Amino acid sequence: MIENNEPPRRQGLEQTPVSKQITTRKSALVASCEAVFSSIYISWIIFKTCVAERLVYRGDFFFSTFIRFLPIVTQIFLWHKVYSIGTSNQIDSLNGYSYEDMVTYYLLAMVARAFSSMPGLASGIGNDIRDGSIKKYVIQPIDLLGYLFWHRMAHKLVYYLIATIPFAVVFYFCRSYFPTTPSAEVWLAFVLSLLLGFLVGFLLEALIGLIGFWFLEVSSLLFIYMMFNYFLSGHMIPLDWLPGPIFHAIEYLPFKYLAYFPAAIFLEKIPPQNLWFEIGVECVWVVALLAANRIMLKRGLKRYGAYGG
Amino acid sequence: MSAIIDVSQLGKQYRVYRKHEGLWASVSHLFRREYSTVDAVKSISFQIQEGEIVGFLGPNGAGKTTTLKLLSGLIYPSSGTATVLGHVPWKRENAYRRNFSLVMGQKNQLWWDLPAQESFRLHQAIYKVPADVFNRRLDELTALLEVRKLIGQPVRELSLGERMRMELIASLLHNPRVLFLDEPTIGLDVVSQKRVQEFLKYYQQEERITVVLTSHYMKDVEALCKRVIIIDEGEIRHDGSLNEMVDRFSLHKVIALQFSDGEIPEDLERFGELLSVDLGVAKVKVEREQVSQILATLLDRYDIHDITVHDRPLEDVFAELFDSHRKPETEEAVV
Repeated sequence: MIENNEPPRRQGLEQTPVSKQITTRKSALVASCEAVFSSIYISWIIFKTCVAERLVYRGDFFFSTFIRFLPIVTQIFLWHKVYSIGTSNQIDSLNGYSYEDMVTYYLLAMVARAFSSMPGLASGIGNDIRDGSIKKYVIQPIDLLGYLFWHRMAHKLVYYLIATIPFAVVFYFCRSYFPTTPSAEVWLAFVLSLLLGFLVGFLLEALIGLIGFWFLEVSSLLFIYMMFNYFLSGHMIPLDWLPGPIFHAIEYLPFKYLAYFPAAIFLEKIPPQNLWFEIGVECVWVVALLAANRIMLKRGLKRYGAYGG
Repeated sequence: MSAIIDVSQLGKQYRVYRKHEGLWASVSHLFRREYSTVDAVKSISFQIQEGEIVGFLGPNGAGKTTTLKLLSGLIYPSSGTATVLGHVPWKRENAYRRNFSLVMGQKNQLWWDLPAQESFRLHQAIYKVPADVFNRRLDELTALLEVRKLIGQPVRELSLGERMRMELIASLLHNPRVLFLDEPTIGLDVVSQKRVQEFLKYYQQEERITVVLTSHYMKDVEALCKRVIIIDEGEIRHDGSLNEMVDRFSLHKVIALQFSDGEIPEDLERFGELLSVDLGVAKVKVEREQVSQILATLLDRYDIHDITVHDRPLEDVFAELFDSHRKPETEEAVV
């Protein structure tokens, strides 16, 4: 994603005689290989630097990861209570979900959110615009979105490094709640939906951050987004608990990819014949959001040139 | 030789949002906003040749930083044109961005929590500096700025002066042809300030790069720049050598007198403004044209132990220059 459209400098601007055309074509190939290689290299360096930065505050990081885990455990107890309200026995099923189903749904949705949630991304972009740090992306030959993407990748990977431990513990204790292991195809679709969920989450939140070019303060907007996200992604309750028409309307929004969709795949709630079609739709969302981000960034930087600086 | 920086009729207007005082005004401004335009830069033109080092001088808000922002492509002009290294800066082409650097004394581009080294590596990747060139340049620059031992230390632990030197290294690693410095020595102590000046001077002569710097420390300008461009209220007041400027704007000289009997005559004021009396030395500000005449009179009339004539400090010259332009405006405001 780093900008890399121009040929290396040493090719120069001089005219190429006909006899040299073949070598030029060859060197064009070499050049484009070099371009690809160097863009991978830049991404790698950004990635490495971000990991290093993340590891500076190890203590804080460990602590916050574990703290963020507490709500997951309390939520499981809460559902336990909900399922035994008003009766001496457990309620067998709520809207088609048994208590065990509910716990597995919730845990899977949390795994999805570990991929798709982007704490601090939008507000970070907003702050950069407000305090002028955004300058660096205008002056240096570097692409804002690409940079932030690798930055986020680094943060996520360091997060998984630590968060896997508590996740593994909870999954181990709840292992009997899970249905029989799904097929390889479902596994593949599940993993793919997690990765795509990461992209959807990144692009949605980056888009909100970029609004900061027009409104200097994005925090209230971000709050509204978070509220919608909480309801519409399936973070709070499974989306199929909602009344039919509402559920169908939400199906057309991208929020479901952030939590509900991966969990629904794993629990085989998506009809098998629709599975790859749905994944395809998610890919279209990613492309559309990427395009929207590109346009916003371009316009935003233009506006910044006219008013800000 | 064509100019490396060519600016013609460049202007920049900002639209600022006006708000009257008070709660009612705040409420009514939710619905209707008043804007007014402010000319940050008004149609300025100048050319800078390759290898020149030019100082932009002017009080706060004069348009120095706006000009640098225009030249580095951060903002678009409202009118006029400019090219730097043959590129129009605000097109933000990578070919241009690889060849210049902007250092802002009040902003840092280094990663706060990481050693400067890591930021340098990132710059190497971003600007695609080959590894051998990078290592050689890093070696030279850290040696010149005497920070080699500090590059492994987190930036947040460095002093302001050390950090500024790291910033300079980061901005020079890709060997830019043009360097824009906005207040490079702001907040530095005298020693660090001097070190940065010496480095810039040496580096500029070695590499023959073109440097444009803004500062309101006259020391920076005196040490580095042969040519100065004075901007005030968005307009160029003077463009030429530093000496020329002093000649043009410094209409007074200072005569320091020491009398043999150690006493200061009371009627000294009639020659000019008595600036100070310190340890038996009286300093009198006199008009430049009258210097020789006054000297003759003084020597004739008093028994003088020592006498010197010198130019007024640059700071005073500027203060006067900018004040004289401001006066009409304040009078208008009173009327």
